[in-house]
Amino acid sequence: MDLNPHPNLTPSVIFGLGWLYLVQFLMNLGWTIRSYKKDGDHHLPGVLGGGEVPIAMWWGIYTAFLAMIAAAHFTGSSTPELFQIGMPEFLKPIIDWCVANPVRFFGLSLGSYIAIVRLRLVLARETPGWLILNGALLFLTLSMTDYDFRQIVGKPDNVPIVAMLFIVGFFTWLYFNRANENDKRIAEGRPVVEADKNEKVLTWPDLVYSELICMIAVTAFLFIWGCCLQAPLEEPASAVKTPNPSKAPWYFLGLQEMLVYYDPWLAGVVFPSVILGGLMALPYIDFNKKGNGYYTYNERKFSINVFLFGFLPLWVGMIILGTFLRGPNWNIFGIYEYWDVHKLEALNNVDLSEYFWYSLGQARPMPAPGMGLLDIAKTILLREWLGIVLTIGYLAVLPSVMASTIFRTFALRMGFIRYMVFANLVLMMAALPIKMVLRWAFNLKYIIAIPEWFLNV
Amino acid sequence: MSVGDYIRDSQIWKSIFRHPAPYDRRNRVVVMLTNFFLHLHPVSIKQQGIALSYTWCMGGITFFLFLVETITGVLLMFYYRPTLEWAFSDIQALRDVNTLGVMREIHRWGAHAMVITVWLHMYRVFLTGSYKPPREFNWVVGVILLKLTLLLSFTGYLLPWDQLAIWAITVGSNMARATPVLGHEGPGFQLLNVGGYDLITNASDARFLLLGSKFVGEETLNRFYILHCVAIPLAVSGLIAIHFWRVRKDGGISQPL
Repeated sequence: MDLNPHPNLTPSVIFGLGWLYLVQFLMNLGWTIRSYKKDGDHHLPGVLGGGEVPIAMWWGIYTAFLAMIAAAHFTGSSTPELFQIGMPEFLKPIIDWCVANPVRFFGLSLGSYIAIVRLRLVLARETPGWLILNGALLFLTLSMTDYDFRQIVGKPDNVPIVAMLFIVGFFTWLYFNRANENDKRIAEGRPVVEADKNEKVLTWPDLVYSELICMIAVTAFLFIWGCCLQAPLEEPASAVKTPNPSKAPWYFLGLQEMLVYYDPWLAGVVFPSVILGGLMALPYIDFNKKGNGYYTYNERKFSINVFLFGFLPLWVGMIILGTFLRGPNWNIFGIYEYWDVHKLEALNNVDLSEYFWYSLGQARPMPAPGMGLLDIAKTILLREWLGIVLTIGYLAVLPSVMASTIFRTFALRMGFIRYMVFANLVLMMAALPIKMVLRWAFNLKYIIAIPEWFLNV
Repeated sequence: MSVGDYIRDSQIWKSIFRHPAPYDRRNRVVVMLTNFFLHLHPVSIKQQGIALSYTWCMGGITFFLFLVETITGVLLMFYYRPTLEWAFSDIQALRDVNTLGVMREIHRWGAHAMVITVWLHMYRVFLTGSYKPPREFNWVVGVILLKLTLLLSFTGYLLPWDQLAIWAITVGSNMARATPVLGHEGPGFQLLNVGGYDLITNASDARFLLLGSKFVGEETLNRFYILHCVAIPLAVSGLIAIHFWRVRKDGGISQPL
């Protein structure tokens, strides 16, 4: 009898995964039919005998393969110890290595973001999109054979986040798909899709019927979701039993992740306010008149990139990090790694002022007990002057420098106040990645460290 | 004469719907003008503006989810008592005993879905440049609605009074301690003092205002319950009305100029 408390495979897991493969089988069956009608033929390489075959043949082969895998799961579920289909063990440490480290994780998410934008003309076509979806689903299904992965992804509160990743991915794909089409049309001097054949139609029935169908679909979806999957309800609240890790609601996990790099007054209060204020200020800052009412990338490269960078790698990326990778003691764990409470990570972060005074060979000046307020302030200013000068320079001087260099046209078109708001918002947004890099490269804790007044930056 | 015709011919029916069924062009126009709910929409609308691949339907779905949350929420209020003694066991009973317990599941999942759809609505509005003139102000209203949606979800998180609830709220509200000037562990809280006495302590700071207590306790439950069930929904309803009204006044669904 198997007494392993953390089994990778159990009969019910294998059987359940069979359903997931069946869904993928059905999806690809539909895609094969679509491909047969639309994709046309393709020339076989010489080794395979040459000749023209429908592209749909390859999808057909993959679909048949999925059918067999699904059947294997349904029939082979009684003997989990003999079952072989799953994420290969040798891949798990490699994948864990890639994600279980903040530098590599952000490198990966930033890299994927740049890849999406650079390769948008290829990726936002239909077949590559479908390939990516299949890849993501296959990765998810294979990973579900891992006990620790299931513990995290299968947590009821995390289910909507997994769904959100697919949904955000889909709509990002859809955006680039539509934007590419419009950009092509604009380059050729034709009207954009949104302006083409744009007749007026009656709201009844053209809009109200689709609204009705949508409402019924959402209601049915919620009922099925609510019946199939119970919403989370844990043990009764206990003020003395602190869970480890304690996490904020998932949509605030980006803010909680910022706490690693900034103190709560910045990460929890100032930055969220700046994000909201920045979003509200957005229409008054963006003076580009183009791209109003239709999808486009080429006509709004700058604003699209700033927004997508904030939304995808920073906001959604940090939610992924906080939800799936942050474990006990807020350590980072791989997706296939056991959440070991005793995992230790060295934390030897050093303040900028410590670096500064150490390099001079002196001790940091510290306010002595019994000092008057003015003397304390003087000592602190002396101790932290470098960080204070750098911070003020960053927020007050750098905008003017940028106004005469990279943002010259912006500064001219925006006027003084509008430009200063814009520049400060961009700098605040950049402050997070900058502090991250400083932390990773130099173990920098605070640029300004005034714990006496809770004023750490 | 069929039953349907008889009903449509009755005085009651005619007093409610003041025109024939919308089978022809004229009555399809009239129905949009004379029905309170439908008059949110214009009579006719640009074909591409209502294309699903353009709007993603996310604003509409968000509004519908708000209605679903209101209806299921009202039903839940009949069963749920926001006290330390009953909060958890009421939710547990809803799940295990009550026939309409599925309302709780729908309410919870619908809340998650609403957070996601409201983000996607913002995403779509940004990507189509629909915040550009003349719709700047409506974007601002939308950002406030987004914030209120998150607050609705945040206050609702506490109500089941399970471990997930109090610790998520504890972590989330701890940040308020560090509010500059107004939090007792925030920079500059010493500025507010009279004759050497700090006005900002752990019993008077921003976090205390949020929680009604020094820690997440019964006062917090009561405070969040009222915010969740009354205060924020009222604010959201008002802002939704403005948001929709401005959509019409700013020229309807955005279109290429």
